[in-house]
Amino acid sequence: MFAEENGLHGDPRIKAISDAIRVVPHFPKPGIMFQDITTLLLDPKAFRYTVDIFVDRYRDKKISVVAGVEARGFIFGPPIALAIGAKFVPLRKPRKLPGEVISEAYVLEYGTDCLEMHVGAVQPGESVLIVDDLVATGGTLSAAIRLLERVGAEVVECACVIGLPLVKGNWRLNGVPLYVLVEPRLDDLECTL
Amino acid sequence: MSAGENGDSAARISGIKSALRVIPNFPKPGIMFQDITTLLLDPKAFKDTVDLFVERYKNEHISVIAGIEARGFIFGPPIALAIGAKFVPLRKPKKLPGEVISEKYILEYGSDCLEMHVGAVQSGDRALIVDDLIATGGTLCAAMNLLERAGAEVVECACVIEVPELKGRERLRSHGKPLYVLVESQFVPSS
Repeated sequence: MFAEENGLHGDPRIKAISDAIRVVPHFPKPGIMFQDITTLLLDPKAFRYTVDIFVDRYRDKKISVVAGVEARGFIFGPPIALAIGAKFVPLRKPRKLPGEVISEAYVLEYGTDCLEMHVGAVQPGESVLIVDDLVATGGTLSAAIRLLERVGAEVVECACVIGLPLVKGNWRLNGVPLYVLVEPRLDDLECTL
Repeated sequence: MSAGENGDSAARISGIKSALRVIPNFPKPGIMFQDITTLLLDPKAFKDTVDLFVERYKNEHISVIAGIEARGFIFGPPIALAIGAKFVPLRKPKKLPGEVISEKYILEYGSDCLEMHVGAVQSGDRALIVDDLIATGGTLCAAMNLLERAGAEVVECACVIEVPELKGRERLRSHGKPLYVLVESQFVPSS
């Protein structure tokens, strides 16, 4: 669900966050309007608003783990984890995590990729929030959900700064609710970098 | 300098050190990999880590925290948020969209490259560079060069862990830059 439809209607922070995101056309390839959050990170107020909105939503939900998807999930996940007193678990590309890992493959437009998590990072029965900057097809987040469920955790929600429902009106991914602050923009506002 | 110079800091440093994990022979034989993921599983120790950096820098008029991909992305943003600074990701090639500047650096075998967005920092910015660990200092020097090329002043480099035998501190000192770390690398793998 969008934050605006879920209690934050008219909240000026949402517009500030959306305005702080930069659109880069045709990256990484023609036709893709890349939603660049680095300009949000250059705006301390807007970055603060982003974290605060997520923290307000999750602080009373007894979440014990925040899992962040490499690499931009590493930027938004830890501040949320620190504020709600949860563990932070990085979900990484192959061969980055040392020691014993479990892997989950997922399909890309061409080929496959893989997400890994440390064995023992998450215990059965833990309540987990998965965080990434953006949800597009949902392929990566689905792999993340499968990883956490394989170790017996309960994924409470997936939280992203930017995204769209996968199919109009459907805000669930493998049965897990999706919470998104803003939708992707097609145009570029006068956003200074 | 290292942290741990007053009593309360010493207790927090001790907790941080205990929370780290050593993985022998990763990514290759002979390397004792200093794994910070176990620190992230200890909310108090992770918070203490961030707090120690924030206490050091909050009155230093730092306007930019630059974090090195990918583990610098974990420690940099909480510090930036706490002190009201911009966060700038320094990334591997071809990850940042739009116009970038690149700095090449030498690895044991071959070379690699770090990139930063054009316009992310300007002259007048006072920058702190953050990563989880300093070894030879090669990556941190590349980061420093990027920031200085863009006109920023690099105030200090801050890492959780230092591997003293690899002499990163000396390398930074030869560029006139100080290093602040919380703990030194450990040899004994924890259970």
